[in-house]
Amino acid sequence: MQTGGGIARLPAPLRLESGGVLHGVEVAYQTYGTLNPDRSNAILVCHALTGDQYVSGIHPVSGKPGWWAKMVGPGLPLDTDRWFVIGSNVIGGCMGSTGPASDDPATGKPYGLSFPVITIADMVCAQAMMLETMGIERLFAVVGGSMGGMQVLQWAHAFPERISAAVCLASAGRHTAQNIAFHEVGRQAIMADPDWRGGAYQAAGVRPEKGLAVARMAAHITYLSEPALQRKFGRELQRDGLSWGFDADFQVESYLRHQGAAFVDRFDANAYLYITRATDYFDLAAAYGGQMAKAFERARDVRFCVISFTTDWLYPTSESRRVVRALNAAGARTSFVEVDSDKGHDAFLLDEPVMTAALTGFLASAAEAAQL
Amino acid sequence: MIQFKPTDRHDFDEILRLVRPGARVLDVACGEGVLLERLRAEKDVDGRGVEIGAAEVSACLAKGLAVMQGDAERDLAEFSDASFDYAILSQALQAMRNPRTVLEELLRLADRAIVSFPNFAHWRVRASLMVRGRMPETRALPEAWWATSNIHLCTLRDFTDLCQELGLRIEAAAALVQNRPARAMNALGPLENWRAEQAIFLLSRRTATHPIETEQRDLFA
Repeated sequence: MQTGGGIARLPAPLRLESGGVLHGVEVAYQTYGTLNPDRSNAILVCHALTGDQYVSGIHPVSGKPGWWAKMVGPGLPLDTDRWFVIGSNVIGGCMGSTGPASDDPATGKPYGLSFPVITIADMVCAQAMMLETMGIERLFAVVGGSMGGMQVLQWAHAFPERISAAVCLASAGRHTAQNIAFHEVGRQAIMADPDWRGGAYQAAGVRPEKGLAVARMAAHITYLSEPALQRKFGRELQRDGLSWGFDADFQVESYLRHQGAAFVDRFDANAYLYITRATDYFDLAAAYGGQMAKAFERARDVRFCVISFTTDWLYPTSESRRVVRALNAAGARTSFVEVDSDKGHDAFLLDEPVMTAALTGFLASAAEAAQL
Repeated sequence: MIQFKPTDRHDFDEILRLVRPGARVLDVACGEGVLLERLRAEKDVDGRGVEIGAAEVSACLAKGLAVMQGDAERDLAEFSDASFDYAILSQALQAMRNPRTVLEELLRLADRAIVSFPNFAHWRVRASLMVRGRMPETRALPEAWWATSNIHLCTLRDFTDLCQELGLRIEAAAALVQNRPARAMNALGPLENWRAEQAIFLLSRRTATHPIETEQRDLFA
């Protein structure tokens, strides 16, 4: 598998949905496979909240396989022998793209909280501009799960003429009150950490690690299903007997602490605030009086594949169904299946055979329709 | 709801003959997409499906068919009026909780509907009831009464009455007996209600906006 990557510097300032402007925006990306001569075989894979551009291969920071290495590679559903797969870090992120930890060109100091609030639409605009710098005017497909799925829907809304197919996994057209509530818990945990310093922790040479870890622990619970958590840990103890104190007696406690600790090594606390905010603000129907179908009016010729998972209570099937209903009403050709899995929200990251087969079949027929 | 092995689905042959090449088709209760695959391969249709079973939908998606997991009795409302040329409901009407509403929906979202179902007035069914005093277990209705998902079985007469009531035009009708080619029939004829083991109807709204093409008149001739 041929891989590449780098940092694309956007040729123009990024005009944000909030009304602000970001100058000198950089977008970090990775590529897998080979771009064909007529540049028609590109697939953009959009990452979730804490994902990044390292879709496949080995992640340079964690040393572990990329977050979708099971799906992207030679002979896999996103077959890199055929497709040129691009992963890019969202703006507002912390893996090389411009975000709150980057230096503000106006001051030469880290943005911190002076970084403007960005949205899913802004992330997608930056992706489209990045692709232009790569000479790619049209994508065969946009694929993503969770927050990546929101970007997919936004692509279909904003740039339908630039995509042939769209795959939206375990996602939603808007955040529910519960989604916003969980994110707020995470943000409050970060902001309650004394080391957060009003967002200016970089200048002070500290990091709000405890707050960010708690945010991750709370969020991680929402990514798993109750049965999976019960099966994996139950009430199993770390050691023989209880400590009669507040150590991590239960294995599930130890597991969550580990998740939190591992996360702070690779993620920036302010980026977490900004990206969670972007997903909370996302609501495709808002500009159309609540009618999401109107957001897809120009996307009638895009082929959609929407997949949800039975035990995903973070982005439940009912939210995917809302998206499907809107797509049907808009007259878009839409496939939808609710995959039976006990893995909760994270199922989309795993090797779910039904999802794998559906994706393979969908992309093959979409490629045929696009005469690729 | 599945009455036959896919290879035994003679009604599929007839449905394929009815559908205009390149048409937009919605197959309601499409199962594993056997008919949709044939429509795609043999008629180059723009085919889509609705199916309630996740395993069946997964099989369809793996084949590259555009199928939505959904309940025909609730989710057809999502499709706009006249968004298809044909809506197909093969061997599933009798399993619907509200077959009347489903039939109306088919002809709202498509110009024409193709509906096939087992005729409960077929002589074998009548004989089973009359002679044996039991619910029929015939070739067209192979399952025991306690196992079947058929909850709204009807006869040809019942069906044509309903079409009349709903203001539907019967453009063509054919009788099917297993292992024999379809036979065009006058669905209102008194004998057909005895003879037809299964029936296929091509229906349109009386106020259809599109004229019926002449090539479609002698469908079963």
